[in-house]
Amino acid sequence: MKLVPLWTDVLVWLLVAVLAGYAWYAHRRPHLAAPWRRVSRSNAGMASLVVIGLFAAVGLTDSIHYHPLLPGTQAGAPPVYSVEARSLLDDLLTPLWSRSEKTYSAPLAIRSYSRETVELPGGEVRREFPRLRYGGRHVADERERDRDVVLTVLQGLAWGAMAWATLAAVWVTVLARLRRVTVQTMARRILRRETQVAWIAVFVTLLVAALIVTPVALLAGGYHVFGTDKVGQDVLYLALKSVRTALVIGTLTTLIMLPFAVLLGIAAGYLRGWVDDVIQYVYTTLNSIPGVLLIAAAVLMMQVYIDSHPERFPTAVERADLRLLFLCMILGVTTWTGLARLLRGEALKLRELEYIQAARAFGVRDTRIITRHILPNVMHIVLISLVMDFSFLVLTEAVLSYIGVGVDPTMNSFGTLINNARLEMARDPIVWWTLAAAFGFMFVLVLSANLFADAVRDAFDPRVRVGQAAAEGAG
Amino acid sequence: MTEALLKVDGLRTWLEGSAGVVRALDGVDLEIRRGETFAIVGESGCGKSITALSVARLLPETGRVVDGSVRLGDMDLLALPEAAMRNVRGERIAMIFQEPATSLNPVLTVGMQIGEVLERHIGLRGAAARRRAGELLDAVGIAESARRLDEYPFQLSGGMKQRVMIALALAGEPDLLIADEPTTALDVTIQAQVLDLLRDLQARTGMAILLITHDLGIVADMAHQVAVMYAGQIVEVATRDAFFASAQHPYSRKLFAALPGGRHRGAALAVIPGQVPPLTGEFRGCRFAGRCEHAFERCRTEEPGWTAISDGHRVRCHLRETEPAGPLGEGRSATSQALAPAAGAALLDVQDLKVHFPIRRGLLKRTVGLVRAVDGVSLEIRAGRTLALVGESGCGKTTVGKSLLQLIRPTEGNVTFDGIELTELQGNALRRRRSDFQIVFQDPYASLNPRMRVADILAEGRSALGVLGTPEQESRRIDELLNQVGLDPSARDRYPHEFSGGQRQRIAIARALAVNPRLIVCDEPTSALDVSVQAQILNLLLRLQQEMGLAYLFITHNLAVVEYLADEVAVMYLGRIVEHGTVAEVLDAPRHPYTHALLSAIPTIEGGRERIRLQGELPSPVSPPVGCHFHPRCPDVQARCRAAYPARTQLSATHSVRCFLFGDAYEDEEGRAT
Repeated sequence: MKLVPLWTDVLVWLLVAVLAGYAWYAHRRPHLAAPWRRVSRSNAGMASLVVIGLFAAVGLTDSIHYHPLLPGTQAGAPPVYSVEARSLLDDLLTPLWSRSEKTYSAPLAIRSYSRETVELPGGEVRREFPRLRYGGRHVADERERDRDVVLTVLQGLAWGAMAWATLAAVWVTVLARLRRVTVQTMARRILRRETQVAWIAVFVTLLVAALIVTPVALLAGGYHVFGTDKVGQDVLYLALKSVRTALVIGTLTTLIMLPFAVLLGIAAGYLRGWVDDVIQYVYTTLNSIPGVLLIAAAVLMMQVYIDSHPERFPTAVERADLRLLFLCMILGVTTWTGLARLLRGEALKLRELEYIQAARAFGVRDTRIITRHILPNVMHIVLISLVMDFSFLVLTEAVLSYIGVGVDPTMNSFGTLINNARLEMARDPIVWWTLAAAFGFMFVLVLSANLFADAVRDAFDPRVRVGQAAAEGAG
Repeated sequence: MTEALLKVDGLRTWLEGSAGVVRALDGVDLEIRRGETFAIVGESGCGKSITALSVARLLPETGRVVDGSVRLGDMDLLALPEAAMRNVRGERIAMIFQEPATSLNPVLTVGMQIGEVLERHIGLRGAAARRRAGELLDAVGIAESARRLDEYPFQLSGGMKQRVMIALALAGEPDLLIADEPTTALDVTIQAQVLDLLRDLQARTGMAILLITHDLGIVADMAHQVAVMYAGQIVEVATRDAFFASAQHPYSRKLFAALPGGRHRGAALAVIPGQVPPLTGEFRGCRFAGRCEHAFERCRTEEPGWTAISDGHRVRCHLRETEPAGPLGEGRSATSQALAPAAGAALLDVQDLKVHFPIRRGLLKRTVGLVRAVDGVSLEIRAGRTLALVGESGCGKTTVGKSLLQLIRPTEGNVTFDGIELTELQGNALRRRRSDFQIVFQDPYASLNPRMRVADILAEGRSALGVLGTPEQESRRIDELLNQVGLDPSARDRYPHEFSGGQRQRIAIARALAVNPRLIVCDEPTSALDVSVQAQILNLLLRLQQEMGLAYLFITHNLAVVEYLADEVAVMYLGRIVEHGTVAEVLDAPRHPYTHALLSAIPTIEGGRERIRLQGELPSPVSPPVGCHFHPRCPDVQARCRAAYPARTQLSATHSVRCFLFGDAYEDEEGRAT
């Protein structure tokens, strides 16, 4: 196995490292940790965090790409690698992608969705719905299918409940050890919501997730749970692969625009004068260009470059990846203005504050004032807009891919799924499951991102803290 | 008129805080009669405003009244449904708040806002309502009321807005007016106008006023009855005369002792150690016991009940159960002795300083006018001495302070520090000199970066000026600084939000001291603080001056502080110094009519000063009046005051004034004395 570090993979893992670093840094500083504690007390915040965590797990396992070792290599001979790049997720989901049908099949179907001409053993020719190559193969008698599905679901529920119970028990024990109390005391505290973290919300969400994921996983072994698409690919697999694209767009775009927004916004507000004028003119101009046109032009230019330099991109995955990264960049360039404006206003306010004046009275240099005094005091705004932008960007990707200027057509994303579904909806009989799957996954992801953003905003909103402080002060 | 209008019994109000229930009010009793002004005094956080809000049932969402009764006439206010309560508010109880700027809706005209109240409570509409609104504006002393009705709040000045607020409150012809720090946001001359207005309205309408304030001077000026609040309880109630003659509660007496003034000159002010206890727990014993120097065993175990001293004078103190305290300390024993002009060269010499801000308009940002914030100020400060710069807000005193430190570069003039011309220094040369002069700001909550630890805050100036030593030396230095300002060295690893206002101001002072300055510009360092905390900070500043020979430029509007701390005073009006001299010369024998008016406008606990009421407000520095800037408000105006600005007249070696009453010289167009 030989690792293929794709650009987006590297950036995604870098982001994970940055987040981990921030968590460690904030953990040791009470003023940074306090708002996160408020997030951890919020039921909606913790429940949505769990869901986002599950999506992130899917996305991260899909962000380790490598060339697999070709089978049949002689011992001692130099290893021969496949030319295609696969991800860890692909390997885990091998049963899903390796069992392609010919064409459409409905969820949990055992026969194809379209009639075919079949030659019977007697030489007779008939048009019928043929049995699928893989879906429901283990069911000998077609009438047994419903029973089999129900049994599998029940089995899945049982397994899920057991897995959840084990996890919960282990977790409570670990917590009890850390707090040095008995397991019973810890459990009682959690049930009475006496803990810092809303563990009840975490456990309930995990239970619901377990009761959904396990039956689906068991069913996916024998059926196509969300059906198959036109060329017979499993839709569940496509949807799971789309999660990474959505996460990459949602996070990397912000990561790319952040330096622009923070630097230019604060510089404009703090330095004033001609710097302010130039930066304001730049973002006013950028804002006046229709965003979709700019994105379309940039993406098409990128496509031309990719097509004329095929030697630089050995695999299709790498080609698609570069286009994805480029899309993140261009989205970043067009969306930094909002945050920059916000930060400019905040910096304008902060620069008149007395601690900044005091720093200037010491002759502290501007760069140092910006990094030591202004930046830490606007970070809450950056953080709030970061989580709020995430769902906006996920939806934007879907729209852009739908109109054809988004990600590479070979790349799985919610946008391309929806784009495919466009024609299927017009077909008779209608193929509804691709759209439903894309819709369902995206809805859950965006909803949990929005709920989490709400919880973060509530926790970081200075007005909330002012209210509390006033109540305390009045006493 | 002896029957009580408002009767509050055993009122207990709790607030839900993040640290648990805050017992903001814990058994408050009070009685207000018709036509009477009842003042509640106390430091911030003792429950004054919560009392007012509980009476009007306007508590924040987190608050609730848990016990007690509030009766207005024969109505039980706490039992009324909210709909009926809305009628009571405005019709029988009206409120005015501290900040006039945010109490009016900026997108509605004055007439519409008054009309709303008239329609709601009296049922007046149309022309009748407009006529009545005009009468109300007349009643609160707003000239040209018909025109003002159609103006928006932004077209009115601060004092005018507060008058409109009062007119709004009067519209429903209330029996009780609750005034929550009604003049705290206003200048002294405007404050005097508003207080006069309230007194006058009370005499005409016979309404009762519940006045909430922290200023004993206003209480002496306005109140019939005084209640002192401490930690959610009223600890003393008395008539004004009884209270000011012989306040009984140790806390009340401490409040008096902590007031700065000339009689304490050179000596430390009395301070109340510690802080108001947190109100989250139950109290055993007296709430003041922890800070009281007379506390004895019983104070800590048994809550004191009411002790009647005389008719209408009651106090909650075990000490007074046996014998009442004597009268308060004698008044001014001696006025400040005149100080001989100090020998030696000036540390800071400012000549003809001007700071003009251009007003830019249009696409190309052309300059269309100038704000003459500082317009020719000359002063000098000697090492180890204090110069106080006094004036109302908007007169340019803060701009003077900042331009001395080159935080705002002066437009014209010279600033010489220890023989070096600061206005010509640039970049690193200026940065090197910055350790010599530092600044302490007014608001201790805005002057410390909330994201930095105290040790980092103190080290910042030293690292910026490149005077950092080894880590051990720095660590020792920080301990030393914290010691100097009276903080525990353990404070170094904490963040500013963990400290109280007074402690934060100490940190701000320590930050300035960290670079060993010779001059500190103190920009209203105590005006955001309570009296007892103010005393602590003033004591600290005085001690530091004596120990380290610091020079202070003390920017303030509080003349009592000036009397206590300063050696010399400069009085500013609209960008210029109108009178300059030693404290004794200026405060005891003021010459300029503005200084006279300023001094007389300040309510004092001694009272009895002849009052000069100034009309109008400070003009805009964009277009100052031609001639003497003060002439539109001056009681002694002459014809030539309207033509030219008077030049400086030297009355003695140290005392100078710019007024035609004392000299004929005037300034020509270029500002030269003729």
